[in-house]
Amino acid sequence: MTAPAQIEETGTEEIVDRPWVTIVWNDPINLMSYVTHVLIELFGYSMDKATELMLQVHHEGRAVVSDGTREQMEADVARCHAKGLWATLQQD
Amino acid sequence: MRFTRHRKQVRANPDEFEVALLSKLATELLDLIDAPEVSDDPLAEMVGMPPGEVHPPDNEVLARLLPDAYRGDPEATKEFRRYTDSDLRQAKRANAKALLASLPEGGGTFDLDRDLVDVWLASLNDMRLALGTALDVTEDTDLDADDSPTLQVYGWLGWLQESLLSCVDPRPAH
Repeated sequence: MTAPAQIEETGTEEIVDRPWVTIVWNDPINLMSYVTHVLIELFGYSMDKATELMLQVHHEGRAVVSDGTREQMEADVARCHAKGLWATLQQD
Repeated sequence: MRFTRHRKQVRANPDEFEVALLSKLATELLDLIDAPEVSDDPLAEMVGMPPGEVHPPDNEVLARLLPDAYRGDPEATKEFRRYTDSDLRQAKRANAKALLASLPEGGGTFDLDRDLVDVWLASLNDMRLALGTALDVTEDTDLDADDSPTLQVYGWLGWLQESLLSCVDPRPAH
């Protein structure tokens, strides 16, 4: 609950430092096994972690699959799109 | 047709009809991806510079294959598309062409190395995204109950992709 006040006090630097995230969204077409496969190949996750993220996408509609700078997340989103995953980036 | 493990490769055995069907689907995908882009700056495009602006796809099927990178930020989405649209289309085009080139004319057996497996997985997925979006598929769509030929093809592609996935272990990036 204190975060907004802190951000205002410390100025823009704090905002610039906030990480960006890549989000994968649920869609009715991509196979669960394929999404898991792609998460392992693109992000180096273990089978367990990739399966957990895939299930989060499936049940909750979305999951954060990576975080970093805006440039890194734009690259991750582009790699997801090349594999057919429905991904976006945003500031966390 | 199904995929099987064969030594260190994956083997496929499409018949004549399956080769014809996959050829048709890959060709349709290429036509879709090659739909003319509207560029504001043809000269920049000729010399390989990012065009001034790449307009978002005007049909929902292409929009699913080339999705927006941001939600609720049209300016950032437009800028992202300006720099990535051409590469994304080229990657999908290359996959569809490589899949086409690997099909044995008239049907037959052929082997896929690991790179070709990735090509097939991605391109089968693009075909499913195109068909599934056009068919307005939901998670409740019963693929067995419907007698629509297109939906049957969609279901078959999913089965094929699942069969291929069962033959390979993912290669982690790092």
